[in-house]
Amino acid sequence: MRRALRDRGFLFGAVAALLMVLVAATAPLLAAAAGQDYTTYHDNLLDSARGGVPLGRFGGISGDHWLGVEPGTGRDLFARVVYGAQVSLGVAIGATILEVLIGLLVGTAAGLGGRWADTILTRLVDLVLALPILVLAISLLAIVPPDWPRPLLLATVIAVLGWGGTARITRGETLTLRTRDYVAAARLSGAGWFRVARREILPGLTAPVLTYAALLLPTNMVVEAGLSFLGVGVRPPTPSWGQMLSSATTWFRADPMYVFIPGGLLFLTLLSFVLVANGLRRALDPRQSEVLR
Amino acid sequence: MIGYLVRRIGGALLVLFGLSLLLYGLFYLAPSDPAILTCGKGCTPERLAEVRHAMGVDDPVATQYAHFLQGLVAGRDYPAGPATRHCPAPCLGYSFETDQPVTALLLDRLPVSVSLAIGAEVLSLVAGIGAGALAGLRRYRWLDRVVNGLVLAGYAVPVFLVGLLLLLIFCVQLQWLPFPTYVPITTDPLAWAQNLLLPWVALAVIQTAAYARLTRAGIQETLAEDHIRTARAYGLPESRIVWRRALRGALLPLVTLTAIDLAAIMTSAVLTETMFGLPGVGQLLVGAVNQIDLPVVVGVTMLTGVLIVAANTVADFLYAAVDPRVELR
Repeated sequence: MRRALRDRGFLFGAVAALLMVLVAATAPLLAAAAGQDYTTYHDNLLDSARGGVPLGRFGGISGDHWLGVEPGTGRDLFARVVYGAQVSLGVAIGATILEVLIGLLVGTAAGLGGRWADTILTRLVDLVLALPILVLAISLLAIVPPDWPRPLLLATVIAVLGWGGTARITRGETLTLRTRDYVAAARLSGAGWFRVARREILPGLTAPVLTYAALLLPTNMVVEAGLSFLGVGVRPPTPSWGQMLSSATTWFRADPMYVFIPGGLLFLTLLSFVLVANGLRRALDPRQSEVLR
Repeated sequence: MIGYLVRRIGGALLVLFGLSLLLYGLFYLAPSDPAILTCGKGCTPERLAEVRHAMGVDDPVATQYAHFLQGLVAGRDYPAGPATRHCPAPCLGYSFETDQPVTALLLDRLPVSVSLAIGAEVLSLVAGIGAGALAGLRRYRWLDRVVNGLVLAGYAVPVFLVGLLLLLIFCVQLQWLPFPTYVPITTDPLAWAQNLLLPWVALAVIQTAAYARLTRAGIQETLAEDHIRTARAYGLPESRIVWRRALRGALLPLVTLTAIDLAAIMTSAVLTETMFGLPGVGQLLVGAVNQIDLPVVVGVTMLTGVLIVAANTVADFLYAAVDPRVELR
């Protein structure tokens, strides 16, 4: 940990990422502090002569609307952006946790189980790794009934299609760990495989799985943004950054701020999480320090 | 070698079979009934039964799946009113929405996605290997930093964000390029390339960083090997060492990666196609998904699955073909 803290990129990333998590967690409070909510239309702030572009400079930024308003509807952008952080981070974190859980389960089962279990599970992991994630996610999300809870569904779909990597890493590490003397000692003293997996193997898996999961988080965020961009993410009026960027494709000529605000936030958030992942990797896995320098 | 070939292709077919089973089961067990949607408002129960029969969704799922497989391999006949119409293999059924054969729809859209993927791949290979080689030879320190920065940023920029910014800069501010519309290469190659330039760049940015990183690492590794030292001791010119030996060793892993990435780009081009409004396979999927046009959704997903599995198989063979150290078992 001390090594990670000496890393400037990691520090910057960690602070920014924590800030973003805080923003997402306190979204209702922040919106209330700004005196706005994400659903109220403000037609009076739009230039109807120019097709609904916000009045004023920089997308209608003012004391009332800190980041301006949305073109076409006049909804407050600050409120929409902070609530959007909730979706983006919530789905990504949820999906990552699920992926790690499934991956750990399948990976340790493959690594500790017999030859047959290993063969079958490894085949399964290969199949999952070969799936066209984006295409399948779009199709899956489109066929479920619209009244199911959307963020939960998004996280589940992303996780169900994306746990292959964690499982592969876990299996590899487990295969190495199980040959260690202390594992043999535990076995000889009569511990069952489940106990061995929990008490002897799991601690050894922490570092490699953590570094991998740290990189999975921004990857999942990109997937969520992409799905929202394509219109199969959360349902309006719930805002999300990908969805805003999607509607920005029709507005960017008249109102470039509508691209920069959600786009910039998405970029900064992703960058900070990547920096955190990078710093973690350097600190926890010195062998791989070359990979992402 | 022949044995390996048979086993590898057999394995690939097995994966595809599994994928088709999974897809078919999932989509046709889905809670949204396409027949109700097709039938529309004011649908009588008799009319609904008719529609279900015409769409072939009144059989048990297992029978439907058997018909689906039969259509893929040998073609099948569909009831169309009093007559039947024949759908030749590989048959993926008819679109619920437009009533066109799905295979024809896919073939119609494929050139756009292929143009997009190949152009982006070529662009990122050229830029990535160039930047990676320069960084690996430690000619320019700043380049090394740029490559590293790009690798990090590459994880952090979704392709549609890059696309939006490119449109904003080159089409709105500078007005150097027209807004992309697809022009077939057979009509006008120049317009084809001009219109696809921005989508190519948007797709290539991330890939370029990955290739640059690989090339750089590969070159540094190869330059440290004994045979390079020997070549230097023989007094071979440095340029010859770099071009003939170091670069060759560094590019080996890229060969297989290219095959896999080409398929990956084609499948992830959904976003790029939607972003730039290009009528490719990805856009077909997004449209079909909104209409719950199941045959088209299954068709596109199967096609991407085939592409990825095929690319992985080709990559394995290429790997053995370019690297004499690899033995096929």
